[in-house]
Amino acid sequence: MSSSIRVALRALGANKLRTTLTMLGIIIGVSAVIALMSIGRGAQAQVSAQIQSLGTNLLFIRPGALKDQGGVRSNATQAASLTLEDSDAVAALPNVVATAPEVDTGAQLLANGQNWNTRITGVTDAYSTVRNTPVAQGDWISKAEVDGRSSVVVLGDTVAQQLFPDGDPIGQTVRMSVGGRTGANFRVIGVTQAKGASGLGNTDDTAYVPITTVMARLFAQRTARGAPNVSTVNVQVVSESLMDDTVSQIGDLLRARHKVAQDDFTIQSQQDFLNTFNQIAGTFTLLLGAIAGISLVVGGIGIMNIMLVSVTERTREIGIRKAVGARRRDILTQFLVEAIVVSVLGGAIGIAIGSGFAALISQIQVPGGGGGTSTLQTQVGIDSVALAFFVSAAVGLFFGIYPATRASRLNPIEALRYE
Amino acid sequence: MSIEIIDVTKTYHIGSIDVAALQGVSLTIADGELVAIMGPSGSGKSTLMNILGCLDVPSSGSYRLDGQEVGPLKDDQLAVVRSRKIGFVFQQFNLLARTPAIEQVELPMVYAGVRDRRARAMAALEAVGLSDRARHKPTELSGGQQQRVAIARALVNEPSIILADEPTGALDTHTSAEIMGIFQRLNRERGLTVIFVTHEPEIAYHTRRIIHLRDGLITSDEQVPDAEFRRADHPSEALALA
Repeated sequence: MSSSIRVALRALGANKLRTTLTMLGIIIGVSAVIALMSIGRGAQAQVSAQIQSLGTNLLFIRPGALKDQGGVRSNATQAASLTLEDSDAVAALPNVVATAPEVDTGAQLLANGQNWNTRITGVTDAYSTVRNTPVAQGDWISKAEVDGRSSVVVLGDTVAQQLFPDGDPIGQTVRMSVGGRTGANFRVIGVTQAKGASGLGNTDDTAYVPITTVMARLFAQRTARGAPNVSTVNVQVVSESLMDDTVSQIGDLLRARHKVAQDDFTIQSQQDFLNTFNQIAGTFTLLLGAIAGISLVVGGIGIMNIMLVSVTERTREIGIRKAVGARRRDILTQFLVEAIVVSVLGGAIGIAIGSGFAALISQIQVPGGGGGTSTLQTQVGIDSVALAFFVSAAVGLFFGIYPATRASRLNPIEALRYE
Repeated sequence: MSIEIIDVTKTYHIGSIDVAALQGVSLTIADGELVAIMGPSGSGKSTLMNILGCLDVPSSGSYRLDGQEVGPLKDDQLAVVRSRKIGFVFQQFNLLARTPAIEQVELPMVYAGVRDRRARAMAALEAVGLSDRARHKPTELSGGQQQRVAIARALVNEPSIILADEPTGALDTHTSAEIMGIFQRLNRERGLTVIFVTHEPEIAYHTRRIIHLRDGLITSDEQVPDAEFRRADHPSEALALA
């Protein structure tokens, strides 16, 4: 075996330029597979890690029923059906540690001569612990401030930096306006710890205000019965093992409260997000891999082409080998080994170049939410390396069979006479 | 009896025309003979050589090589016979490009599945006086040296016969004599059967028996008288070769 590889390397070394060009197809194909799959895998790993870091014992209740469970989900109805009272009722369930209702809206913030377009999240005192958003400076919103509809705000780290680039924001006044209306003034009482931009949006680029204040003074969508709508209720469950149980309890409770038979709300868990995301990312990765795989096939055809030329050129050599006793299978093996050596060599170089590209891509700064930048993570899995390696060997084998068979069937007398 | 052919014919079909290259040839060649097959082009001597060398099979008639009937053999079986019993030496040397002499000589043993190839290849190169050129590639060797590598390759599997097709056709007179000397020495010292296919009387008179072929038939088959036999393996010359 080692001697047939040496013979193959000698034959390939005889025409280095041609061999390199032949390998190029495989090199490009394999490096594309490796680089593209590394992006898919990296994104998957990054988002999974983020979702998991939020905690796996969280449930999210949103108004409106889901249209479809198959992959991409969207709200079929934009029904405003959740209220603060629903949130309190869910919080009273035995499996539930706490609930944190929230409303979200876009807003224009003005302070200190700077303005910043961002998102306002109306929250309660419980939000900081349920969603794990501790403050870096000052205090989080208190229960008294929620009850009293106080005009106070806790700024996300990005917002604080944009509005107060070189001053202490605590105690300063920020003017907020929603939908172009005249705004209201808020006093800054805290700044959250930076968490960094993520695939799920930038939690640093938001301003937290008591939910009651948002509803009363800035923005309120009303339910059918006239109560202000809540956009999400974050539910912290006692433990992960009670998730399914709790989902059905909440369902029963809300259906009873809303007096409906069909759900007018949706309950999702972190695991649901994770599953959906993994499904999408998996499909995406496969798609990228398949596109890159096409170039591998093209590379294989290149190998076949050159091998056919090579068999014709080396007719006399084949004649000599047959004259000294080579059987068909000896010649077949020789040319197959040659085709596989080309493709595996190309595959190995492709893996190296693809990994290099993956490393390079992970260095590129991409714009994240809130004017910051983040990097695109890449991950070169051992499985994609193994896959690329075996696929390139298989390509060599497959596209080498025809030329090698032709070589093995040559008539020795005619082959010896060939000029 | 190393070679025994009885009433062998060979007909080629070229388009719709049948060409009878051999029209009934019978011939026996014993172990250790030194024979020349002569004839003008078109006489059928190349066809005879291809059949003797098991590169081709007769259309009719019988060919026994060391008692084994070759006629009914398939391609791969013929390859096995070639590998064990026949050594070829060609006019154009037919060495593999870019391959060191030692590996050229090892090649028949690779296909015959012989172990300990390096030592045997070295011994064969020594027998043709080229042990100091083992690592040289064809482009680094003279014509005579290349033909000596080819002879080493032909004899390394200890074949029953060596078939030499115009082995000196591409060489000058002096080198031709050297090469013929090697064949004569191998024949004399090892009892190797050597069959030359040639149209040069000069070469033929270096053998002991001359077979003439014309139009696919043997026209004469004569021993070379001792007075006309030319020795090229003169002791002094043999020494110079080694």
